[in-house]
Amino acid sequence: MYNTGQSAVKKTGFQLLPPAETVFRGFLYGAAVCMILLLVGIFLTLLVYSFPSIREFGLRFLYGKTWDPVTEEFGTLPILIGTIITSFLSLAISIPFSLSLSIYLGEYSTKGTVASLLQGAIELLAGIPSIIYGFWGLFILVPIVRSIETALGVPPLGVGIFASSLVLSIMIIPYSASLGREVIRLVPDELKEAAYSLGATRFEVIRKIILPYVISGITAGNLLSLGRAIGETMAVTMVIGNANFIPTSIFAPANTMASVIANEFTEATGTLYVSSLIETGLLLFIVTMIINMVGKQIIKKMSVQV
Amino acid sequence: METENLFFRIFKDRLFKLVVIVFSFASSLPLLFILFYIFKNGIAVINWQFLTQLPKPVGEVGGGISNAIVGTAILIILSSICSIPLGICTGIYLSEHRTGKLSYAVRLCVEILQGMPSIVIGIIAYMWIVMPLRTFSAFSGGIALAIMMLPIIVRSTEETLKLIPDSLKEASLALGVPYYKTILKVIVPAGLSGIVTAVIISIARVAGETAPLLFTAFGNPFMNVNISKPVNALPLLIFNYAASPYPEWHALAWGASLVLAVFVLTLNFFAKMMTKKWKVQF
Repeated sequence: MYNTGQSAVKKTGFQLLPPAETVFRGFLYGAAVCMILLLVGIFLTLLVYSFPSIREFGLRFLYGKTWDPVTEEFGTLPILIGTIITSFLSLAISIPFSLSLSIYLGEYSTKGTVASLLQGAIELLAGIPSIIYGFWGLFILVPIVRSIETALGVPPLGVGIFASSLVLSIMIIPYSASLGREVIRLVPDELKEAAYSLGATRFEVIRKIILPYVISGITAGNLLSLGRAIGETMAVTMVIGNANFIPTSIFAPANTMASVIANEFTEATGTLYVSSLIETGLLLFIVTMIINMVGKQIIKKMSVQV
Repeated sequence: METENLFFRIFKDRLFKLVVIVFSFASSLPLLFILFYIFKNGIAVINWQFLTQLPKPVGEVGGGISNAIVGTAILIILSSICSIPLGICTGIYLSEHRTGKLSYAVRLCVEILQGMPSIVIGIIAYMWIVMPLRTFSAFSGGIALAIMMLPIIVRSTEETLKLIPDSLKEASLALGVPYYKTILKVIVPAGLSGIVTAVIISIARVAGETAPLLFTAFGNPFMNVNISKPVNALPLLIFNYAASPYPEWHALAWGASLVLAVFVLTLNFFAKMMTKKWKVQF
């Protein structure tokens, strides 16, 4: 019986199998290799097309203070400063909220109706497309910012760094909050119970046990949020005011790397202009990639540790 | 700590809890704000005409967004065709080859692709497809969105298939079933719910993307179903109309925002329900 079964496989199956098997394995292998080719292709394309601008400006591209299509002088310093201020300001605004959310959902209220409602709201917030944030920001938030600016006595433009940081901070709260919640839940109960048994209050447990334990995870979450804030395009483009000057205050209009591409790419004429915009894209790609890799590496280390 | 008295410590504890709760609930306020305004301004313009008519010229009352709805549908179909088979195959490869240099490299690439700013993907699709063909097209927009969908599908397929116990595969192989049939008829069906959820989530993600479409699908005030010509899409329409000075167009943009938000949030809701109901469990 056993023998006939084996020979049957040999006769019918074995001769037919290899082609199908090989084709199938080839497909999987090909698909996997495609991912690498895709990324390498993207990187090379950006590099090749930004070559005219790299050759023309060299490092001056990074510290040049004028971005002027008319004279074909492209320095990204105003744009880099705009990007840095916008993203860090939004991160600073978001941290109190996202940290509170992580602590509340990870420690105070892990189950129950209130927690799941709040959790649902955060997930909805994460799901809203960025164009809607931008549109809402432009029509609802900008007038509010304008009245704040009038009250403060600065030029009431409404659009500018402050408005875009506000919109961005709303957009990134869900990301750092959900990551923070996860790492806070990873804190072993024994540690917390040991502290409670010594008479610590909940606040002391959170401050002296939980936060030191999860600080790297929280940092990673905020890094990933920063990466998102830097790469975010539409919401920022709509409310930042698009000015290629070094911003003088947080209410001034500015531009970020992403918004300058979104605004000027279709209208760019001349090789050097297009290539400068693509070099900006390449920079943006590299910066967000480094931030993401560092953030993800920290998270990986944490989950191995726990 | 010894010097602090008990009353003060308890007071700090309460105060901290209060602060945490206030900040937590304050961060859900923007959601209410956004949804309130979208519904208030959107519901006023939404009716049957709005969904079935083309936009009217400035000054005329009425008009709809049918071209953008059709365009978004075309873009989603195109990007799904390009990304789903490739993404699932890569996901299967990664779950079958958990270690190894190639798997490591592929995982790294997928991770980097996932974090890539959407505007950069727009530039790439422009360089690869729009420039050689010398025209903006629905096809190029579909490719840009496909690049965004790929990493989501790959990661979730891999994660889902990894959860399926080896014993299932071994049982099938022990019966003499060839490897490829084991994968296609045992492993993939067992993880199908996870894969479908991933596809839904990725569609929800790209349906609202605007940045990759700015220089690819470009937008079009007319109805177009030819994939080699520019098409409109809901997010593009919102962007273009929001930037215009006409109140009629702003009203259309609010309506389009409502349609888009409801579509995306419904997809997310379905995905969440699916994960809850048909979670891959062994």
